Amino acid sequence: MLVPLWRIAHARSGDKADRADIGLFAFDAATYEVLKREVTKDRLARHFAGFNTGPVELWPLDNLLALKIVLNGALQGGAARSLRMDNLGKNVAAQLLRMQIDAPADLPRLQG
Amino acid sequence: MKTIRVGAGLGFYGDSWRPIRASIESGGVQYIASDHLSELTLAILQKDRQRDPSAGYARDAVPMLTELWPLAAKRGVKFVLNAGGLNPEGARAAIAKAFRDKGWKAKIATITGDSVLERVDELRAAGEPLAHMDTGADIAPVRERLLFASAYLGAQPIAEALAQGADIVLTGRVADAALTLGPLAHEFGWKWDDWNRMAAGLTLGHLLECSGQGSGGNFGSAGEWAKVPDYAHLGYPIAEVSEDGSALFTKPPGTGGRVSFDTIRQQLLYEVHNPHAYFSPDVVLDMGTLKFDDEGNDRVRIHGASGAARPKTLKVVAGYQDGWMGTGMIGFAWPEAYAKCEKSAQIIQTLVEERGWAIDDTNVEYIGYNSLLGANADPTYRDQLNECFLRMTIRTKDKKVADAFGRLFPWLGLSGPPYVGSMKGIQPAKELLGIWPTLVSRDLVEKKIKVEIESI
Repeated sequence: MLVPLWRIAHARSGDKADRADIGLFAFDAATYEVLKREVTKDRLARHFAGFNTGPVELWPLDNLLALKIVLNGALQGGAARSLRMDNLGKNVAAQLLRMQIDAPADLPRLQG
Repeated sequence: MKTIRVGAGLGFYGDSWRPIRASIESGGVQYIASDHLSELTLAILQKDRQRDPSAGYARDAVPMLTELWPLAAKRGVKFVLNAGGLNPEGARAAIAKAFRDKGWKAKIATITGDSVLERVDELRAAGEPLAHMDTGADIAPVRERLLFASAYLGAQPIAEALAQGADIVLTGRVADAALTLGPLAHEFGWKWDDWNRMAAGLTLGHLLECSGQGSGGNFGSAGEWAKVPDYAHLGYPIAEVSEDGSALFTKPPGTGGRVSFDTIRQQLLYEVHNPHAYFSPDVVLDMGTLKFDDEGNDRVRIHGASGAARPKTLKVVAGYQDGWMGTGMIGFAWPEAYAKCEKSAQIIQTLVEERGWAIDDTNVEYIGYNSLLGANADPTYRDQLNECFLRMTIRTKDKKVADAFGRLFPWLGLSGPPYVGSMKGIQPAKELLGIWPTLVSRDLVEKKIKVEIESI
């Protein structure tokens, strides 16, 4: 079934020069395996198309049940020259939590 | 077994120091590590210094220490702060004056040598290209527009200042986590090439460097954020560290916030880029071997950090003048709130074109609809919004154009679409800054580092 990430994961983002730097976290190990499978570089590039201008980097961290995601070129050159309200990229994580992925209905966070 | 407790101080210039009281009074800390400098705070401090040569430091350190020192002094709590900014000696003079006025005694250390703005040409002559770290671009085109250029120093000079008996250590630009690693290395006598202990100290410093973000603040989530208790009295995080670098991560008893596996792993991965090679001046950390054991009740055990040898270069971040931003805003109520904002944007665009202004970029956002979520905003209710604000910003090399842009908007209140929201003033031109991250051989910087102590 299609599930938005906010139902099964949490995330924080920030800035480093022109990079948006995101951590995406599963609440449980089963969900982490789904995130690793579904939240791919290609998928991320599509989700942030028109916003990010550079390559996407992605590292899975089994010990943290987390994906580290970096969008190289997402902040109009950096916070202090950005014209956006969200010049610091604090809401890029919220944008990510709107991504819909294919997930099994029996994930713990989808019960009850 | 000896343990050392380090508490978080500020997380940025302007952050609240009130939560630090609880860390000192009931958190049992021996050190407060306080980070006043975000990536571009030095640009603000540079403007202060241009107006007043005695300024150029984070001024909040003076009232902060004036309030906290009486609590800290009687418990032997020490402070390590990067509030020195571009002028650690100026910060020391201001704090010393405030302390003398109160009749207090303290040993205050300054660490200098991080600023390389005046050394750019010398460094280039010495064979340092100072090319842009990410793009490889030559620094020459921005050379004359540089406002600051500072190297991130490591923890060694901080440990040296503490070894000389400093109660308060004021640095300029250092790696944020060095504010914590310095005291730990000093207390435990860690060797500077003991990479796993360096990595442990870096991990803990990184978890402490953003104040409340390490104890339940900004807990990015849907729903879960609302379960964080008592935000109004959120306690800043504390690391209780053992000689081997393992630690109990917690916060003062009775404070709000939450320390858990969920909240602190968000901070661990915050703004780190490659988590398997998190660079600092003192060590390169691999976060992939860290273990977090959540014991409940705001207690998480942290161990298993692994480090690799420190880099031969130091990171320098420079900032340069990069044009001006003009801003205009106008808001509308239902009906057709969004449509009226969109129409206003078209009208403004027409006025701009008729004036023939030289504008490099235009940014159009709708506050209440997409100003934070961008293209990922959900358009379902766009045309039924209760209210909406248009925010337009432009980038231009001409300050006069940036100033004039905002003045186009008030006229719309009587001559544009109906049910307009209040203007609340016109925004003046804002200077934009480009950021220039680069690398420099560490010995060229480190030979200029000075640690000085003043007893008052």
